[in-house]
Amino acid sequence: METLQKIAVPVLAILAFLGFWEFIVWINGWPNFKMASPSDLPPAFARYSHLFIEMGWQTLWRTVAGLALAVLFGTLLGMAMGFSRIARDALYPLLVGFNAIPKATLVPVIALLFIGQHDFNTVLMAFLISFFPIAVSVGIGLSTLEPEYRDILRSLGASRITIFRKIALPKTLPEFFGALKVSVTLAFIGTNLVEIVSPHGRGLGALFKSGETNGDYPLMFAVLIALAVLGIVLYYAVVALERIFAGWAERPQN
Amino acid sequence: MSRVLGLCHHMSNLIEIKGVTHAYRTKAGPLPVLDNLNVSVPEGEFCAVVGPSGCGKSTLTRLVAGLMKPDQGEVWLHGERVTSPRKTVGMAFQNPVLLEWRTILDNVILPLEIVAPRMPQRDREARAMHLLEMVGLKGFERKRPSELSGGMRQRASLCRSIVHKPDVLIMDEPFGALDAFTREDLWQTMRDLRAAEPFTCVLITHDLRESVFLGDQVIVLSGRPARTQHVLRVDLPADRTIDSLYTPEAAEMLHLLRDQIRIAQGRDGDIH
Repeated sequence: METLQKIAVPVLAILAFLGFWEFIVWINGWPNFKMASPSDLPPAFARYSHLFIEMGWQTLWRTVAGLALAVLFGTLLGMAMGFSRIARDALYPLLVGFNAIPKATLVPVIALLFIGQHDFNTVLMAFLISFFPIAVSVGIGLSTLEPEYRDILRSLGASRITIFRKIALPKTLPEFFGALKVSVTLAFIGTNLVEIVSPHGRGLGALFKSGETNGDYPLMFAVLIALAVLGIVLYYAVVALERIFAGWAERPQN
Repeated sequence: MSRVLGLCHHMSNLIEIKGVTHAYRTKAGPLPVLDNLNVSVPEGEFCAVVGPSGCGKSTLTRLVAGLMKPDQGEVWLHGERVTSPRKTVGMAFQNPVLLEWRTILDNVILPLEIVAPRMPQRDREARAMHLLEMVGLKGFERKRPSELSGGMRQRASLCRSIVHKPDVLIMDEPFGALDAFTREDLWQTMRDLRAAEPFTCVLITHDLRESVFLGDQVIVLSGRPARTQHVLRVDLPADRTIDSLYTPEAAEMLHLLRDQIRIAQGRDGDIH
């Protein structure tokens, strides 16, 4: 009964949303070149299925590659900020300033810098847009570690590395995964930003662009739905990892 | 697990704090917390330290643990001068600071992973289980800390602080956050642990009854900066019960300590 409810509720919510969307298009009598309706989407998917698979894969691997870089770099940056007061004071304004820049403005800069390196540019943008939350959360997690936690190992003569490995690192994991959930969607936005703004004809973003050029609204909306599905898949992949590595942080419900 | 024996045993006291003066540097200038403090604890003795809030008691624990160095004066353990942390110390705090991602058993084992890296895991677990059984936590070893009550968590924390058989156990208000009855239970647990595994102990507390129940000596610190204001020998039998606290001798000691605290707080005409 409970599992049924767990599946039925979100499915019904999605169906209600699609029904509302269909109704709005129908009552306004919008033609296909103005606004697509949900019933237009399955034919669009069927017609371009091979493109969806190919482009979807390109978008996916670039996002994951960018995110992996963001995790690596963000964690290192966070460690520097968490352990060193000087690093924190030096890096914080830089990071906040960089994060405030709309990343769309960087697309032409990157495109010109690394001209023609489309894969590289896309991965770079996914990385640039998504490392900030990870760096900040790891930094805060490490710098707010209660001194008693450190003292129980330090009083035994444990090295800084041991204290980091046995206490600081696992204790920061819940914050890290919280940030990763934000970063995964950001990386996805970064990838599509480059694919749409920098014309090269690869990824779901490019497919969206071609739909726009041809006035094919059902295709454009089908791409949006595909992006949403891919985003959900990536997000829940992170949730699954969180359950495995930081499941202890979830309090038993009663 | 090896006990690091001091080379020179001519000193009869295991813990010797000699003329320790310390001040914290703050924006408003130096804040003196300890002023020419002298404390001696013979091997195997239980030393309770009481004093007004914020008088520098926690600083004392950090000095004995070697987590910080005093501005002046010396701290000696086992005839060796303390200048850095040593493996022969155990610590327990008011916050049990258990690691949420570890089971109770793995939390208790933690110090052994640092102090005895080559000890077989089976022996570590056996040692931890032995202690958990003694404090009444048998059957809870696979639970997470969040599944236990405050008193049980503090029991696990006690096990962790002595699992590596430290020479010195340093406790900073370990029972301060517990309700009165749980606290009395833990006093008795502490007494039984001491009977089973002798260790020298420094206990920081705000609870005078606790200091008399557990201590062989009770040291009253003055208000900040803390000096040794009074030392009380507790001449109660080692196998004390809660009832021992209701004897005339205990009542007299508690009364004396209360007066000393009042003086330490500066609320007595005799001193100020």
